[in-house]
Amino acid sequence: MTEPGRLAVRKTYKLYIGGAFPRSESGRSYAVTSSKGDFLANASRASRKDARDAVSAARKAFPGWSGATAYNRGQILYRIAEMMEGRRAQFVDEVVAADGVSARKAGELVDAAVDRLVWYAGWSDKIGVIQGAANPVAGPYFNLSTSEPTGVVAVVAPQEGPLLGLISVIAPVIVTGNTCVVVASERAPLPAITLAEVLATSDLPGGVVNLLTGRLAELAPWLASHMDVNAVDLTGCPEELAVSCEQDAAENLKRVLRPSGKVDWLAEPGIERMTAFLETKTVWHPIGV
Amino acid sequence: MARFGTITLVGDAGEVSTLTTSLAEIASSNAALRAFLQGLPGVDRVGADQRAAMLSTRSIKTTAKAQAIDLAISMVDLTTLEGADTPGKVRAMCAKAVRPDPGDPSVPKAAAVCVYPDLVEQAVDALGRSGVRVASVATAFPSGRSSLGVKVEETRLAVAAGAGEIDMVIDRGAFLSGDYRKVYEEIVAIKAACAREAGTPGKGDAHLKVILETGELATYDNVRRASWLAMLAGADFIKTSTGKVSPAATLPVTLVMLEAVRDFRAQTGRVIGVKPAGGIRTTKDAIKYLVLVNETAGEDWLTPDLFRFGASSLLNDLLMQRQKMATGRYAGPDYFTLD
Repeated sequence: MTEPGRLAVRKTYKLYIGGAFPRSESGRSYAVTSSKGDFLANASRASRKDARDAVSAARKAFPGWSGATAYNRGQILYRIAEMMEGRRAQFVDEVVAADGVSARKAGELVDAAVDRLVWYAGWSDKIGVIQGAANPVAGPYFNLSTSEPTGVVAVVAPQEGPLLGLISVIAPVIVTGNTCVVVASERAPLPAITLAEVLATSDLPGGVVNLLTGRLAELAPWLASHMDVNAVDLTGCPEELAVSCEQDAAENLKRVLRPSGKVDWLAEPGIERMTAFLETKTVWHPIGV
Repeated sequence: MARFGTITLVGDAGEVSTLTTSLAEIASSNAALRAFLQGLPGVDRVGADQRAAMLSTRSIKTTAKAQAIDLAISMVDLTTLEGADTPGKVRAMCAKAVRPDPGDPSVPKAAAVCVYPDLVEQAVDALGRSGVRVASVATAFPSGRSSLGVKVEETRLAVAAGAGEIDMVIDRGAFLSGDYRKVYEEIVAIKAACAREAGTPGKGDAHLKVILETGELATYDNVRRASWLAMLAGADFIKTSTGKVSPAATLPVTLVMLEAVRDFRAQTGRVIGVKPAGGIRTTKDAIKYLVLVNETAGEDWLTPDLFRFGASSLLNDLLMQRQKMATGRYAGPDYFTLD
């Protein structure tokens, strides 16, 4: 007689909105498979109403997050990196399943993702120095330009690179004080939800990052046309969808980031992803007295 | 004198209480009032909560939703009751009541603006002949802790300045200590003060809305009693709350009040309006109330003459939903006024 095997305790992959893990309002889910086509798990299939709720949560979180000091934001990003390090094995497993790479290669990708986060964390109090200026003016005034976060950014995460790509699009958005709604890779959303569990336990205020999983074509147009979204990052959008999203985004003059060609996530990122979602505020102040 | 004939009230549990007294007899003494009000059938709290919760699960979509949004906009009493209210803020609010969305003339007007008595004049000036009514709170709002003379005088002040509707608060202290007669007499006195003297702005006597402040009445039984007391004393509207006490309007409380106005019409033929106020912020909430009205009091009450929302931030959400239905994209609060 054989000993009955232990019942599997499987994880329910849910959305991450406003610091909580709700199921999709629509009650739908979809099957996620590995790169080899094996069933991995069911993930929530978010609806446009989940996207709307996520935007509300991001808007609500914006004053607090953008008002936090740059040092504080940097520390919190570093904290996320610390938490990811503790879950390294789980991330490696998920990247292996999603991308079909070897465990060694997956380990390198997870390390790169953690390092990327630390790299961006360091920028929190430095980007202002690079972007800001004391402008010479023809009058007795201090004229200071400083960079300010744009607001709520809708991010379409890249379809490839379920972890490194995801970190590489989220970190530059939030490090400067924006809040975001992220549509995770449609094919490989599981590392994104695990990342959400990391975010939920890393001092990151609820609503700063909101993660949706589901059909991109169903979610992206609603985010691109939403009048309370200030910018969109269309990195993970296929060409045709990106064009229509960019047109929708023009309605309230959203800032649009739409990289051309394939992005190499392992390369040095540069500061473009941060500056794309910064606005410059210039203040005149009288000298003297 | 209108005879009540045989009043038959069927309670939630099916018990029947019957009275054969006239309106005047009921109010003739505190003992008689108490006998009548305490004799009203009790409210099944769990049942009321569940009924309200069940009705709020109705899904209202597309054309029905569009209609509900327009109806709700036309029922809004746009309210500002802050110590920091200025004439400028009142004027801005009046402009918003007349044209809630300046970019879209098809949006209906709000029902009224609701202000403190000293700002009625500004509101009357700003609204002119637009058809939006001016409501004023009175009677030592929000606590109602003052003498009857002061309350009557305040009401006269507001009516003389041109207020078409008076929102009075009942004396909850008297009500809770069982002095129903005092509450009754106050409402009667304020109702008399709502009569408009010739030569003052506005036309017709001011409508009287009686605020029960259900958040302080503790039980649904008390809400039912206070509703009947206010209606017997001559209220044109019964209103849930001042908005200064939490909890303010809730669905079950409004349900109890809607049942009261329904029963009151069945008994006396007089039709009384209901106004939930405070805490209604989203279109979803507003539509839940409309469903409740339709299912409890009936379709007759689905008009701004008989049902109002006391709110300020609700209007923006209604406008955002309306715009979303018109344009097909989610609206943002940046495109609507703050107040």
